[in-house]
Amino acid sequence: MIQYVSILLMLIGIYGLLINKNIIKIIVALNIFEVGLNIFIISVGFVSGGVAPILTSVNNSSALIFVDPLPQALVLTSIVIGLGTTALALGIARKMYTTYNSLDLEEIGGINND
Amino acid sequence: MKKIVAILFLGILGFFIFSGIYANDAFGSFGKVNLNDRVSNKFITKSVTNDNEIVEYNKSSNLETGSSNYVTSIVVNYRSFDTLGEVTVLFVSSLGVALLLGSFGGKLTLKYKANFILRVGAKTVFPLIALIGIYIFTHGHLTPGGGFPGGSMIASAVLLLYLSDENFRAKMSSFKLTESLMGSLYVLVGIFGLFTAGYFLSNFLNTGVVGNLFSAGIVPIVYVLVGLKVGSELTGIITDFLKEEVNE
Amino acid sequence: MKIINIVEIVTSLLLLILAILAVSSKKMINSIIYLSFLSMLAVVSFVIMRSPDVAITEAVIGSGLVTAVFLFTLLSMKKVGDKK
Repeated sequence: MIQYVSILLMLIGIYGLLINKNIIKIIVALNIFEVGLNIFIISVGFVSGGVAPILTSVNNSSALIFVDPLPQALVLTSIVIGLGTTALALGIARKMYTTYNSLDLEEIGGINND
Repeated sequence: MKKIVAILFLGILGFFIFSGIYANDAFGSFGKVNLNDRVSNKFITKSVTNDNEIVEYNKSSNLETGSSNYVTSIVVNYRSFDTLGEVTVLFVSSLGVALLLGSFGGKLTLKYKANFILRVGAKTVFPLIALIGIYIFTHGHLTPGGGFPGGSMIASAVLLLYLSDENFRAKMSSFKLTESLMGSLYVLVGIFGLFTAGYFLSNFLNTGVVGNLFSAGIVPIVYVLVGLKVGSELTGIITDFLKEEVNE
Repeated sequence: MKIINIVEIVTSLLLLILAILAVSSKKMINSIIYLSFLSMLAVVSFVIMRSPDVAITEAVIGSGLVTAVFLFTLLSMKKVGDKK
């Protein structure tokens, strides 16, 4: 169920990228795409009936069924990089706003070529 | 019109994605994964060379990596070079934000005045949040968490101070110093492993019994470095975003 | 039917609804708030799939710091617009 939903989230993110002209909303759509992609990568490693990949005093042996820890390690770093790229994109958007006084992509770039 | 074209395009794209993923046998369906086929099986038994040795909590000792959290052992032991590159990406993006917005001089004024409860409460809660952040990145090999969430918790504590006090200004020079020092120390730990154990970022300390506090070799050291570095970088990003142009 | 299955279905439906709202809402501030809610629900879905490390990271970054950065950007833009 949640795997299908993650793919649909990615598609909604691409839809937002296609129809929006506002820069802030394009960055929001990119973030939705990223959340969907993260959920999809996590769901690839899910094992039904598995426990969280941490040895504790209760789950104390590696012979138990764990969920796959490798996608989790990849997504852990991906989320932090997502914050960095979002901050960079928003910084560029702020700079564009101080230069052009607009957030609309058609007003910024499409004045001469219509 | 544009929306109809977009929906049509997404329909075709979604059809290809769904049929590409679910129409062949190579991609297991949701929840039906056999971990014995995957490389993670080696990471779970904590031995890349030998097969199927069972690791037990509080009993096994002197393994390849001693951390009881498997995600931590992958992030800073098996794929530590990857993490070094990731930290570099974060550094470059914070550098870009500083180049774009750092020339602004003024401070963004928030649209409200912080009242008494917010001011006193934020000052009370700030050490608690910072302490939890430090706890999370020092115990990353035993409990869920690690350097990245711990560092961002410290950054969010600083964000709380910014929101509650209008005149607060973080000392960015010390944060920059912490960031560059921690990044250099991470590389130095790697080079030290290269000379003592043979390859870059190898685990040159002894790994003790799984589950003890001092059990994971260089994992807690690296996570403390990563946590402080990520915390100071994200604090720098937030400080840059709170700046504003002063000239008309 | 276990409780966790019900939680999964409710989370999935809310994720889809919030994503559509965030993409198609007219005001920028609404879209940012919907994105924050969506990150919070993604935390629930990570917990359902047994990944506590990712859940902690997403809870701090996705619904805290990203929202703060978006809101600061929006505040500064309003300010420049007022001066004009």
